Amino acid sequence: MLSRVAENIYWMARYIERAENTARLIMVNTNLLLDLPQTGQLGWQPIVEILGIEEEYLKQYEDYDERTVLKYLISATDNSNSIINSLRLARENARTIRDIIPREAWECINDLYHSARSTAQSGYYRKGRFDYLQKIIFGAQTITGLLAGTMLHDMGYDFLKMGRNLERADMTTRIIDVRSADLLPEHEEMTPFENIQWMSVLKSLTGYHMYRRTIRDRVSRPFVLKFLLKDKQFPRSFYHTLLEVKSCLKHLKRNEDAINMLNEVGKKVLRADQAILKQEELHKFIDELQLGLAELSAVISNTYFKQA
Amino acid sequence: MAIRWGSYKVKGFYDELIRVTGKPRPAAAALCSYLRSLTDREIEEYRSAAEMAIQLMGVTFTVYTEDEGSIDRAWPFDIIPRIIPKSEWTQVETGLKQRVLALNRFIDDLYHDQEIVRDGIFPAALLKNSVNFRKQCIGIDPPGRIWAHICGSDLVRDKDGTMYVLEDNLRVPSGVSYMLENRLVMKRVFTELFENQHILPVDDYPSQLYDMLAAMSPRNIEQPEIVVLTPGIYNSAYFEHSYLAQQMGAELVEGRDLGVDKDDCVYMRTVDGLSRVDVIYRRVDDMFLDPEAFNPDSALGVAGLMRAWRAGNVALANAPGSGVADDKVVYSYVPEIIRYYLDEEPQIANVPTYKCINQEDREYVLEHIAEMVIKPANESGGYGMLIGPQATQKEREHFRKLIKKDPRNYIGQPLLTLSTAPTLFGNRVEPRHLDLRPFILTSPDSIQVTMGGLTRVALRKGSTVVNSSQGGGSKDTWVVDDEGV
Repeated sequence: MLSRVAENIYWMARYIERAENTARLIMVNTNLLLDLPQTGQLGWQPIVEILGIEEEYLKQYEDYDERTVLKYLISATDNSNSIINSLRLARENARTIRDIIPREAWECINDLYHSARSTAQSGYYRKGRFDYLQKIIFGAQTITGLLAGTMLHDMGYDFLKMGRNLERADMTTRIIDVRSADLLPEHEEMTPFENIQWMSVLKSLTGYHMYRRTIRDRVSRPFVLKFLLKDKQFPRSFYHTLLEVKSCLKHLKRNEDAINMLNEVGKKVLRADQAILKQEELHKFIDELQLGLAELSAVISNTYFKQA
Repeated sequence: MAIRWGSYKVKGFYDELIRVTGKPRPAAAALCSYLRSLTDREIEEYRSAAEMAIQLMGVTFTVYTEDEGSIDRAWPFDIIPRIIPKSEWTQVETGLKQRVLALNRFIDDLYHDQEIVRDGIFPAALLKNSVNFRKQCIGIDPPGRIWAHICGSDLVRDKDGTMYVLEDNLRVPSGVSYMLENRLVMKRVFTELFENQHILPVDDYPSQLYDMLAAMSPRNIEQPEIVVLTPGIYNSAYFEHSYLAQQMGAELVEGRDLGVDKDDCVYMRTVDGLSRVDVIYRRVDDMFLDPEAFNPDSALGVAGLMRAWRAGNVALANAPGSGVADDKVVYSYVPEIIRYYLDEEPQIANVPTYKCINQEDREYVLEHIAEMVIKPANESGGYGMLIGPQATQKEREHFRKLIKKDPRNYIGQPLLTLSTAPTLFGNRVEPRHLDLRPFILTSPDSIQVTMGGLTRVALRKGSTVVNSSQGGGSKDTWVVDDEGV
């Protein structure tokens, strides 16, 4: 398989996942804001931080007014991670590999991009937002399902899965990092709203239901973190995504460097017990995980996409 | 009773199917009576079936727009085929083979001893002036001394029925995928017709192309690595590049997928590492092929490709520099070229051409400019042309000046009246002008010509412009066996 083709498949998957994750994030925050008291609301700033785009955002805007943020997150052309931009890039990548992916998958991607773009305004306001985001999430899930059900499960599919899982791992760490920072764990007593906020972390990752089934305990910081970082079965837990990437790497030649790198990150996350208790250490720890993830992505890219 | 042949007028033209109003040519008789038997509803059904098939198979050409990037458009297709009797086609085939053989000898000579120039047949001044002559190719010996492996020659028929070669495309001729797809559509839609008469098949082109390319491999191995090099998805012929790669089971690559290593071999970047490439069917123009040798700004090509080719480590089809033989002035010398290299008379006619470089011809052209078509040597796609009868006095005067200033750059030809064929509009048939592009594959031991080729038809009434981007469409081309029966 040509490196360029593998790279296009990989990025197509990443951008679809990114669009979906961004939509989930916006949806959960919208719900959370409805539950929290009006005073002292965190508003939309944390979301902009999770996505790592606050610097660019602040260059143009002074405050985190809901409509401004939503427009920025959904459709701004100068936000490289906006939903529309992610879908556009997914489509551009898909276009060059139309002879590799099944025709329906291309049509779905094309359709999702066009419909997300033409109805973007309905996402800016709370009234139409749920439907709009739901459509994007379902659209992305449909594409993922179509590809799983119709594409050859060959090397190309391995690159698709790696792209999707690395993107997922990245988003999981971002959400944990930013959300837990707001939650001021040094408070002796849990505020009535802390519980809601941890639930929202789980919900951002569609993990609330699965958490309940796996961890038969109340929603609390150590359990949530353990579940999101180390659970083997939850598809959006950090450790699970690593296992998925590893199973793909095993099908490829010249995988030694990537697998070594991956094992190191894996070991680190399994040793997380101590680190997840204190906020300051957690932040440092998540930084290390993200660094490891970035290095892993770089090794994969250098080995399979960028050879001289 | 839907199609009424009685009202189809062919006066003043040569029509490919109808001899005189109401009387089809012998090879087209079966088709015409079949079409007459169809009801309006059946015709509509067949037409929408064909449209559906085209959409399903994804037959498109690409149009680039600013807003949406590139979009794929279906190419209009007319369900009434163009028919050529096999006895006539056999002669055309012989003529084309002779022509391509001579052109390859000519190209090889130009990049070596230039005997044809020394013997005074081909003027040195023309060679010096040629924009498609590549000095980087001087002295190179491609395998079998073949340069133009794939040639697409455009044929037209004048009102007296004579078939002429209008031009030869020796660089990266396109259109063969439409020829193949058109036939598939027709077989799905008009199954009965294929059962009842012998229409010669065209489907073996991709395997012939594959065999020809495989035979060029510098390494003598069982499965040489053959790739199709495309400029990318924005190229108007991208559909064809991807189609041919799929049909041959070859990898479709872009320039950035390939690299030339220190050993002067070409490699492609795969997820398993670098993998050696033996044969490149390139659909990228010469000037963009290798930034080291040609246009240094090209991002479409492969740096060092010419080095690898010169060293004989990779085969290129068509060879760089082949285009030297397809400009309009060289065209006018093809009859002389055939006589010089093969010592034979041309079997298929050139459009009579006046070379303005010759004083006698020039005077004739200047005098008869109102009746002629004037073409510059190195432009294609109809640019910089004068169509005498349609031009204003001022335009003609302008061209007289151009010719006097730079005579070697101009040729003059009489204006041909292109032949027509019945084309379906609603439930009526109307005559429309058309041309024909057969494809010729050249190997060291054989030359193969497609059975018929791609028929392009100008859908606008009276128009002779057959290009897909300018209101052209296409038809299936049937070479019908009129001998065996």
